[in-house]
Amino acid sequence: MSTIIDIKNITKLYEMGTEKLYALKGVDVVIERNEYVAIMGPSGSGKSTLMNIIGCLDTPTSGDYVLNGKDVHEMDDDELAEIRNKEIGFVFQTFNLLPRSNALHNVELPLIYSGLSKTARIKRAEESLANVGLADRMKHKPNELSGGQRQRVAVARALVNNPSIILADEPTGNLDTKTGEEIMALFAELNKKGNTIILVTHEEDIAKHANRIIKIRDGMIESDTYQTARH
Amino acid sequence: MNIFVEIKESFIIAYNAITGNKMRSILAALGIVIGITAVTLMQTAIEGINRAFESSIGAIGADVLYVQKFEWFGKEDFEVYRNRKDINLQHYEFLKKYIQSASSVSPTVGSPRTVQYGSLSLESVFVIGTTEEYQKTVGLNVDEGRFFTSKESEGGYPVCMIGTDVKNGFFNNMNPIGKIIKVGSYSFRVVGVIEKQGSMLGLFSLDNRVIIPITKFYKLFGTRRSVSINIKANDLNNLEETKEEVKSIMRKARKIPAGGRDDFGVNEQAAFKDTYNQLTSLIKVIGLLITGLSLIVGSVGIANIMFVSVKERTKEIGIRKAIGARRRTIMIQFLIESVVICLGGGMIGLMISFPISLIIDAFVLPTAMPLWVVVLGLFISMFFGVLSGFFPAYNAAKLDPVESLRYE
Repeated sequence: MSTIIDIKNITKLYEMGTEKLYALKGVDVVIERNEYVAIMGPSGSGKSTLMNIIGCLDTPTSGDYVLNGKDVHEMDDDELAEIRNKEIGFVFQTFNLLPRSNALHNVELPLIYSGLSKTARIKRAEESLANVGLADRMKHKPNELSGGQRQRVAVARALVNNPSIILADEPTGNLDTKTGEEIMALFAELNKKGNTIILVTHEEDIAKHANRIIKIRDGMIESDTYQTARH
Repeated sequence: MNIFVEIKESFIIAYNAITGNKMRSILAALGIVIGITAVTLMQTAIEGINRAFESSIGAIGADVLYVQKFEWFGKEDFEVYRNRKDINLQHYEFLKKYIQSASSVSPTVGSPRTVQYGSLSLESVFVIGTTEEYQKTVGLNVDEGRFFTSKESEGGYPVCMIGTDVKNGFFNNMNPIGKIIKVGSYSFRVVGVIEKQGSMLGLFSLDNRVIIPITKFYKLFGTRRSVSINIKANDLNNLEETKEEVKSIMRKARKIPAGGRDDFGVNEQAAFKDTYNQLTSLIKVIGLLITGLSLIVGSVGIANIMFVSVKERTKEIGIRKAIGARRRTIMIQFLIESVVICLGGGMIGLMISFPISLIIDAFVLPTAMPLWVVVLGLFISMFFGVLSGFFPAYNAAKLDPVESLRYE
């Protein structure tokens, strides 16, 4: 196994006027390739901050972060954008699809920012949508799709650029239980195919799908346990 | 990253954003529409005035000097001019006798008179008294018949040349040669018709005239009027020397002591042109200020809409950034949107001003919208597109992805 995420003593400080608030107070995490990790914690625990830093949407105040061999904690905005584009696939609770674009265009978008040619983009976006079982819904806009289908489009978009990790933030939060289970089954399948998945959730039921559970409280890691995933 | 892929994508986004908010985009572009309409119409109008001027100024003749009692566009106090003596035929004869650098010299006097033919009557026809050399001096062409001869001129024969306005007023399709018309109460025989000259700056017609021998003019209408002496220079390139020669001969003729000031004016086309250029450059500056102002107002409107558009699409910007859009990408996206709105406004402006320029051409004065005005209009639109889009686009580009994603 090779290391894909290596976080050492990361802190994140928010200054609101005179008040200083540490969202993360020194976190160390090492995640290997093909792991399926759930990050858990109550709201305000710092799990969202940790996820944003792992996803390169935010930068730590101090500490080191090496993602897939690249030292990212000192990168500027544009370099981080490229890392997000190539190394990370986001799946959000609220799907975050572009409402005016159809499924195919939504999935194609990361490839536009990679500068791929039109034909290559279409081919890969179609493959990615077919992978999540939406081959017949490519021309539909988000509001013409069900919640589960929208989240599948988001997963297809996350996968289309072959990222190192898939970062899912409460991916079932806006779905009913049955659809949620379908999405979780999709993640299990992706993990089986070799994808590294990091899941942020506060639901025990959802976290059970992972092989490893990292619990965060008050900006620190409370527990880090391995388990047999229940699919 | 491939910049062309990015720009092409930005055009698609801009198209969707603009068509998604049709009414808002139209209202935003309105200021630019008005601004571009104003800019192009003004340029077209100036072009028309220039053309009218160029064709009119030809009647004055670039190589012709006009010795007159006063300078055109004189800038001295009235005191300087008040006691000047008239220029008379003796001055003309003196000048004609001694001048070396002129190919022809002719005197003119004139006044508006009523001209009649049978029961038909024309008011305020400009009657000019001159010699046969006038034809050569100012370069007149004869349409029908002939100019009067030197014998007719010197002898003061009752013969006349008429302009096309007079011909049309009296004779329609008849042959006017040999007909007798009355100038004031005196009879003149028509010997020729002068080729159509057009109008001076579109203000008064140069064809509404009758030309008679100057000796006859003096006999009938009196000698108490100042003569204008027209001098055609041998060589246009030596006009200044001819002017100096004319001045020195005139000073002798008018017996001005050495050191005394000239009490006459030697006028030329250039004076007209200078004054004209001063006037039109003033019009241009004022026009530029007014149209520039309307463009700035339009630009502020678009900047405002772009700020709203960025605010509204904060979430979209967050999503795009999360999946790999760089600052530059977001910046280009919004800049292109604003340029597209402005260019659209500019094109609508041109679509409005072009037919108006055709109407001006048909009914007011001959003009045309030159291609460079169209190009300028589009260029200005693009410039204001970049100008008004810059700050909103910059704001969008530096949005924090985490906060943008949270924005609802």
